[in-house]
Amino acid sequence: MMPDPIAPATARTVRIEVAGEPVDGLAGQTIAGILLAGGRLSWRRSRTGRPRGVFCGIGVCFECLVVVNGLRDVRACQRRAVDGDRVEYQQDDVAEHANGQGLSIPDGQGGDHG
Amino acid sequence: MGAGIVGAAIARVLARAGCDVVVVDRGGTAGGTSASGEGNILVSDKGPGAELQLTWRTLAAWDRVREELRDELPAGFPDLEFDHKGGLVVATTPQGAEDLLAFVRTQRAVGVRAENVDDAHELEPDLTPGLTAAVFYPEDAQVQPVVATEALLAAARRYGARVRQQVEVTGPLLAGGQPAQGAGEQRRLIGVRTTAGDLFADAVVVAAGPWSAEVAGRLGVALPVRPRRGTVLVTSRMPVRVRHKVYDADYVGAVGSGSADLQVSSVVESTAAGTVLIGSSRERRGFDDRIEARVLAALASKALLLFPFLADAQVIRAYGGFRPYVPDHLPIIGADPRLPGLWHATGHEGAGIGLSLATADLLHDLILAPEKADPLTDAFRPDRPGLVQGGPAGPGLVQGGPAGSGLVQGGPAGSGLVQGGPAGSGLVQEGPDGPGLIQGGPDRPGPVQGRREGAA
Amino acid sequence: MAERSVEQVPVLVVGGGPAGMAAARAARRGGARVVLVEAGDDLGGQYWRRLPAERQPAGEDLKHPRFRRMRDDLLRDAGCEVVLGGHVWSVDRRDGAPPLVHVLVGVPDGNARQPRAFEPAALVLATGAHERTLPFPGWDLPGVFTAGAAQALAKGERVAVGRRVLVAGSGPFLLPVASSVVRTGARVVGVVEAAGRAQLARGWGSRPWRLLPALAKGGELAGYVRDLAAYRIPYRTGAAVVAAHGTDRVEAVTVARLTPGWAPVPGSARRVAVDAVCVGHGFVPRAELATSAGCALGVDGSVAVDAGQRTSVPGVLTAGEVAGIGGVDLALAEGEIAGSVAAGRIPPPSAVHSRDVFREFADRLAAAHEIRPGWQSWVDDHTIVCRCEDVTAGELRSVAALTGSRGLRSLKLTTRAGLGICQGRTCGRSVEEILGPAGLVDAGRTARRPLAVPVRLGEIATAAGEDVG
Repeated sequence: MMPDPIAPATARTVRIEVAGEPVDGLAGQTIAGILLAGGRLSWRRSRTGRPRGVFCGIGVCFECLVVVNGLRDVRACQRRAVDGDRVEYQQDDVAEHANGQGLSIPDGQGGDHG
Repeated sequence: MGAGIVGAAIARVLARAGCDVVVVDRGGTAGGTSASGEGNILVSDKGPGAELQLTWRTLAAWDRVREELRDELPAGFPDLEFDHKGGLVVATTPQGAEDLLAFVRTQRAVGVRAENVDDAHELEPDLTPGLTAAVFYPEDAQVQPVVATEALLAAARRYGARVRQQVEVTGPLLAGGQPAQGAGEQRRLIGVRTTAGDLFADAVVVAAGPWSAEVAGRLGVALPVRPRRGTVLVTSRMPVRVRHKVYDADYVGAVGSGSADLQVSSVVESTAAGTVLIGSSRERRGFDDRIEARVLAALASKALLLFPFLADAQVIRAYGGFRPYVPDHLPIIGADPRLPGLWHATGHEGAGIGLSLATADLLHDLILAPEKADPLTDAFRPDRPGLVQGGPAGPGLVQGGPAGSGLVQGGPAGSGLVQGGPAGSGLVQEGPDGPGLIQGGPDRPGPVQGRREGAA
Repeated sequence: MAERSVEQVPVLVVGGGPAGMAAARAARRGGARVVLVEAGDDLGGQYWRRLPAERQPAGEDLKHPRFRRMRDDLLRDAGCEVVLGGHVWSVDRRDGAPPLVHVLVGVPDGNARQPRAFEPAALVLATGAHERTLPFPGWDLPGVFTAGAAQALAKGERVAVGRRVLVAGSGPFLLPVASSVVRTGARVVGVVEAAGRAQLARGWGSRPWRLLPALAKGGELAGYVRDLAAYRIPYRTGAAVVAAHGTDRVEAVTVARLTPGWAPVPGSARRVAVDAVCVGHGFVPRAELATSAGCALGVDGSVAVDAGQRTSVPGVLTAGEVAGIGGVDLALAEGEIAGSVAAGRIPPPSAVHSRDVFREFADRLAAAHEIRPGWQSWVDDHTIVCRCEDVTAGELRSVAALTGSRGLRSLKLTTRAGLGICQGRTCGRSVEEILGPAGLVDAGRTARRPLAVPVRLGEIATAAGEDVG
């Protein structure tokens, strides 16, 4: 994480699971914040298979969707992470649906930036 | 007049036959009912009768027309998404099962393909476990209705038709000048006045869906077409779990809802885009287009009876439209006896897509080759006995006293809808022609005799 | 399904940003009981976004004392119920009266949230705005964000969108975004403003003395300009990001000089290496609830109001960005007026004066930064315009030509643009402008959303509660 000029108070850790792997975040972080802080820029595929992640950050573009505890279409930028949350990547490319799937791990992560 | 699916189909057929065709619409193309439904082409909701015949012809026509469109349409035209997907009708109560199977027997007797399904879950694994009967109709099909409309218009243009958008009809052009008072004077319609000038024509066709009454009214004749509101919910894209059209059979027994006017019968299906469409509601509220949560809730709860897994589906859109309905539930196709030069092709209620092409073929024959016209057209004549309206409700197709056969206006409630006795549920009383009309008492409709209140 | 009871409330305020908070407080001062519904889990909206309670440093609230006071007042006031996590998903339009308002209370995109229905005597809509970002080739690459996203992530999460960040677009909002980003420790390699000097002067420069009252109140703007100097961030006008490049994420952008009409000047393109780019071209009012309630809109899509912040529907008022983009001071003034009027009081003259001053300021900004049509020339046929459905500009133009339809309803359904999960929020205006240079029938349709937010089917079934058998 980048150094914080205003020095937030230490927050307790939350542990969630992302695509089967345990990931730690800070209490109060959104799922998008945890994913971005972990260096992941994209985690979903659009209708024609293009990688997508956060775009608007305020919950109006619906690009950052993830599956949380089995529930699809959750905006990662709006949902605060809760201990024990099970996050899976959501794929919306139509080809996936023909297989009856809709969940998979995207390749191509985007570089480490954080 | 009207650039919806029916107007588009007629334009193509007539332009192809060499007519000079102009289509006018006060809005954009495909902007009315054709854009408000699901694109259903259904055999399953038709009882024995003329409408079923028209549907079969349209189904056959779609296969032929799609082939023809391959040559008529330019490259890159959006896909019609035509799918012979079949329809599964499901009952969820014992009475519902009885009603459904009784209805199916009447359909089979006239040749409808309907297969009793012993294990519906083989066809639809996510269907509710609590179903009591299931019947599969392999003939049911689906098309993207707006693309289909635009495709027919594009083909019509290729044959020389002109499509004029944002042009509104304001009045008739009559041979001999001003219309005279009283009956008996032979006037002839020779065109229409519009916001973009006068248009002269040998034949003027009203194909304006729920607005046909208004359009016809501007031309000086009354038409008993009324709007019937419908609303659809759309989910986000999701992995396919609904494989066919699936309907609740509850419309067969026509059990009314708690709300006086709102009737909901569930239809659930997936689209090529990956979304799930959830319909279908019926309300008589004029052209009131507001979307109300109670209607959405009714659609939602009925859909969940069929597919409980949809509880977590994310609904992203609700849209509504108006079906053009006619008191005896049959389209109005043919020459207007009151005004030579005027033709009608409207009143298809929720079945416009599924009746469009055959309507166009019938009208083509009536206009261009009346000697060849199919006897089927008798059922849809604007002056058929079933459309008699008299009494205080205002002018109908045929002026007459209150004792006419078929639909008889009795009570004072006007608007062309109230049938017979004081309780006026809006359902049609049985006339001498029997089939095609729903029989029932004032409050509770009985089993459907003819075309049922389909899911479309 | 049990019949849901409808809660009657004198003043219902939807939206807990500056305008909504001001309205709630003013309505309380006017003696009315208030329910304030906010979708987020804290008050403040976009403007007063901050770290969540679990992470707050001691110094955080010092930055916005005005906010802290208003927030404390409202939360401590027994006559004001603040409903956080309250998502207004639909309203039932009523003739000549405020609509019935349907709310689901719970986490965003949850299921089985708690339904509540309100019948307000007066409804104040303070639903704010969201950013508009003009499409350009490569804008859907990961690492391309709206300008607001960069700020939201910085202020709300202390997450930097990248290490080498370019801020671009148009409007004064780019400056606070650059400041927020640079404070996360990232390097901002430049701020690129599309409006050229002549366009800016027309807005900012004419009769500059009339801007003084607004500027004096906000030393804010001066602060952002200071940041540019302090962090050596170049500010360039009359230029735009016209393409983003990269395979799985953005690696570089092309910046070109623009003509006064915003068309790229041939030969002026330069490549800039970045790992994140934040782009915003002004704001779009979030007017869907107002539209569903029957309120008339103005030409720019904002809700039309009179001097008392009343809309065309009796009993429905509106304040803040949704009534016309104008910044926080305007939002606070409008909110105070709307809340007073909603409670049946005369608005304080100070609020009215403030509104007039800041409205003029806002109108100048709009003129200075308004989008000009040349942007369409940097959109090639492969550029995605509708991100939800991956519909390209080429597809839009081609289908429009093939069908010849001028109806937006038809065009949406034949192109799929605007039909995806965001329901046209991101692409709507761009789609309409690309499709309809000749004018569309039912223009503005992409902004009509009877469902104001996606809702689970199970929640719809239980929320309205009527047993229909």
